[in-house]
Amino acid sequence: MKEHLILRVISKELIPFVMLFALYVQMHGDYGPGGGFQAGVVFAAAFVLYGLVFGLKTLRKVAPVAVVGALVALGLLIYAGTGVAGLLLGGTYLEYGPLAHDPVHGHHYGIMVIELGVGITVAAVMITIFQSFAGRGEPEQD
Amino acid sequence: MVALTIVRLRNIFAVVMLSGIYSFLMATTFLVLDAVDVAFTEAAVGAGITTVLGLAAMALTTDREKIPTHWPTLPLAVVVVTGAILLYAVPDMPRFGAADSPIHRHVVPRYIDETPRAIGIPNIVTSVLADYRGYDTLGEVTVIFTAGVGVLLLLGRTRRRPKGSTK
Repeated sequence: MKEHLILRVISKELIPFVMLFALYVQMHGDYGPGGGFQAGVVFAAAFVLYGLVFGLKTLRKVAPVAVVGALVALGLLIYAGTGVAGLLLGGTYLEYGPLAHDPVHGHHYGIMVIELGVGITVAAVMITIFQSFAGRGEPEQD
Repeated sequence: MVALTIVRLRNIFAVVMLSGIYSFLMATTFLVLDAVDVAFTEAAVGAGITTVLGLAAMALTTDREKIPTHWPTLPLAVVVVTGAILLYAVPDMPRFGAADSPIHRHVVPRYIDETPRAIGIPNIVTSVLADYRGYDTLGEVTVIFTAGVGVLLLLGRTRRRPKGSTK
């Protein structure tokens, strides 16, 4: 789709805003609708748009398979690690109270951190799936 | 009506597009029901990502569905019976939005009561999702993780030709 000048320009303009909106949804999930799942999907949508317009090779340069694959695991590790952190600080697994001096703040931090983990995993998995699907149609390369 | 069209159509491109429309309609329904978080997810996942993935899968295979060789009697019977049972159960459900229905008396009052004090965030959906039901969400993320790993293992490898083979 490299010859479509209008598509390229418009999507280039659009992608930063899509990502910004994803971050807003991620960080604002405590106050308004949204959270890790939605933010991850929106964030991945930016990459999918990029891949559709500029081609899979360019997308692989921006989001290398190894990095995205590592992020898939990292998000889950952040989530599970938050649980372990609560355990180490004297609570039960996934109890957020002990994470800060004030249990209310602890809950707040805990939710923010695990939502971040959710977001990272969801975005990375969506990008991975898209890359794998789109990559099947290409001729094989060594 | 959109669903009926999807069932009848054999052109997969149109089916993918109509599924996207269906997702948007569902998202609107959720919005009307005041479930903003769910509507958001439906619009982003159902209408956005699923459509793109459907198109990608279509590009790999074909855009025409095969004509089935036999009439799907058993699946149709299962669907009809299940639907009939569900419809039969509908009148026994509490009236929509009734304050004394079981779902509103079990743990919900506690969540609504405690969330501002104990967790300090205004969005109760998030507090239930990430705090009270933290294990569930951990499980969901694990499911997504597993899905990603599965797709990577099945499709992600670029197959390497054995050394020495010519193109």
